[in-house]
Amino acid sequence: MDRTLPASQRGSAMASRLTISNRAGWGFALPAFALITIFIILPFFFAFYLSLTNQRLISPNPTQFVGLENYRDLLGLSVITLGPERDENGAAVLNELGDLTYPRVRTVTRNPDFPQYRGMREWFRWRSGENARVVIASDVVFWKALANTLTFVFFIVPLQGGGALLLALLINQKLRGINFFRTIYFMPVVISIVVISLLWRFIYDGGDGLLNNILGALSFGLFPPVDWLGQPETALGSIIVMSAWQAVGFHMVIWLSGLQTISPTLYEVAAIEGASKWQTFRYVTWPGLRNTAVLVLIVITMQAFALFAQIDVMTNGGPLDSTQTLVFQAVERGYGKQDISGGSTISVLLFFIVLLISLTQRYLTRDRS
Amino acid sequence: MRYLICSIALGGVATVATAQTELTLWYHGAGNEVESEILDGIVSDFNSGQSDWSVAVESFPQGSYNDSIVAAALAGNLPCILDVDGPVMPNWAWAGYMQPLPVADAAIEGHLDATVGRWGGEVYSVGLWDAAVALYTRQSTLDELGLRTPTLDNPWTLDEFNAALETAKTSGNYDFALDLGMAWTGEWYPYAFSPFLQSFGGDIVDRSTYLTAEGALNGDAALAFGEWWQNLFTAGLAPGTSQDPADRDSGFIEGRYAFAWNGNWAAAATLDAGVDDALFLPAPDFGNGSTIGAASWQFGVSATCEFPEGAAAFVEFALQDRYLAAFSDGIGLIPSTREAAAMTERYAQGGPLEPFFALSDAQALVRPVTPGYVVAAKVFEKALADIANGADVADTLDAAVDEIDADIEANGGYGH
Repeated sequence: MDRTLPASQRGSAMASRLTISNRAGWGFALPAFALITIFIILPFFFAFYLSLTNQRLISPNPTQFVGLENYRDLLGLSVITLGPERDENGAAVLNELGDLTYPRVRTVTRNPDFPQYRGMREWFRWRSGENARVVIASDVVFWKALANTLTFVFFIVPLQGGGALLLALLINQKLRGINFFRTIYFMPVVISIVVISLLWRFIYDGGDGLLNNILGALSFGLFPPVDWLGQPETALGSIIVMSAWQAVGFHMVIWLSGLQTISPTLYEVAAIEGASKWQTFRYVTWPGLRNTAVLVLIVITMQAFALFAQIDVMTNGGPLDSTQTLVFQAVERGYGKQDISGGSTISVLLFFIVLLISLTQRYLTRDRS
Repeated sequence: MRYLICSIALGGVATVATAQTELTLWYHGAGNEVESEILDGIVSDFNSGQSDWSVAVESFPQGSYNDSIVAAALAGNLPCILDVDGPVMPNWAWAGYMQPLPVADAAIEGHLDATVGRWGGEVYSVGLWDAAVALYTRQSTLDELGLRTPTLDNPWTLDEFNAALETAKTSGNYDFALDLGMAWTGEWYPYAFSPFLQSFGGDIVDRSTYLTAEGALNGDAALAFGEWWQNLFTAGLAPGTSQDPADRDSGFIEGRYAFAWNGNWAAAATLDAGVDDALFLPAPDFGNGSTIGAASWQFGVSATCEFPEGAAAFVEFALQDRYLAAFSDGIGLIPSTREAAAMTERYAQGGPLEPFFALSDAQALVRPVTPGYVVAAKVFEKALADIANGADVADTLDAAVDEIDADIEANGGYGH
């Protein structure tokens, strides 16, 4: 109806609908609005302010305004070039494996000649000709946490969203005892994540854990036990699988509600037209789930960025920082290391990252019709 | 206020003549029934034994106790008497959460050094007990591997210790030679392992100034410690950071570990489980003398308490040998005095845990006495876990030094 009105009137119609004719709506929204303001919006501004100071958790010293120093300490990156070690003739020295050897990074970062690199550490390096290029960061743990968090999100979104859709399709059938399966699939969601993390620690145990036992039995003992949480290569993957399993039931229910809004007559028509199962899914079910898909996508993404409890219980960020995440680091700094300003700085950065990604997703999945 | 109440009471109803000033006491032991019973017993003895003060106990679970104190301090609601973990005390004293405890010198005379918490030259906290760590093994293990029994005066050297671990490993009778308790994350790492570093000649911070960790945590001694530490894991002598906590609890008892580095609190369980030839050996001497960690939970008085003398009266009352002995018998801790130790079942002369009292007496070295310890301990824990998992020793220790130094600087030197 709005489309027939000129732009100026459209604006005023919008204003009147929001302010006058919808008093009950505002009344319903008010409690949630107040709670969100008090517990989310105000703390965010508070965190933003704290990130510009040197606020400590416990300190008799007065808080000082430090500008963007916390951000510089967190984000500082440089690339240095190391030439290979050479003997007195100028030939490169090779180690016993025949590789070039390079001076240690600490000869640069702890060298009084290079005060600008003081306190920085190697993040990663690559070879460029004879030289090694080393990326050094003033806060390597932060960068690793960022990379791990993004990896986690990248894998958990398809795994959890897809898995949940599969389960929803399975239990959206009229079979005897289907409620039993619904309950089973939903169960992990209502169990405390701390309890689940503790249980999965036993499952992943490197010696005689359940997973190693099962794999050993299935392969008739050929599969050597793996220390799933104790190795940098497998730790994050183990946590991704466990997290996907834990929350898959929640998203299954959301998918299910979406599935049940699709009119049965559409399926009847598809059946009469002789559509195959795949065609029915592709041209009836999936388009009908469009809005649900957007919701699931955004919710999983935002939850994934908040990864904390599993890390806290299962790995503490280790081994070798392979499971550090942004929220874990924010808490570790703010409370563990009594550096409230450092923790706040991570929170603010995380907010902007999540905002950016959510807006991008929203843009990409916008209704083009 | 107290006088006002007293005068009203005297003038009004004669039966309420003994109006006592209430002092709240916060304690970390919620959930431990035996511990609570003993504390309640002391408190009711104290309350009925004099007419000035009445102590009221509120218990918190240990896991959230420190957070509760910090939250209460920020909100201005600290109790009068609080208990504090020994190494954390300087942090709270410096932050202005605590005031000196005006306890009489006579009351703490003859107590184990580490049970008296001092900061800035004054006594801030006093403990009823201490804890100690020993190298657990069995006489049968030593016999089987052909090893001599180390003593307090003549502990194993670095070479002897390494050889013992190698022998245990090559014997093939054990899953691992040495259980360090890597499953116990948190304060266990600095408490149990920084003494190794100190025995090598390094430390978490430079204790001469407390203003830097440079040289202490990344000097030659610390590098030697780090290489030795890493080798324990790369050579397969000790289980690493992914150790299952259940293995930590039962591995030594079941004979899967030849040696275990564990505290006195686990000793009773070990003996009760049927390890009747258990030995509690002193820490090896890595070159700079044998050391073990020290200082456990202690009582102090908050800065906002109006009646420090009341708090001191309670602490002095609680320090009686019979209460120290009761705590020791109840929850297995090492009593603060020799006299109390003699009254206990386990730490008395000839008792099964007697070696622990001698260890506390002879080898105890408190963790760095500085407000910055709380942060340095976290950094140290991460560095040890990383090195155990194969990180480069020198780089990791350098990074730890940088982080500790940056924290000290950010806190204006922590008042040193």
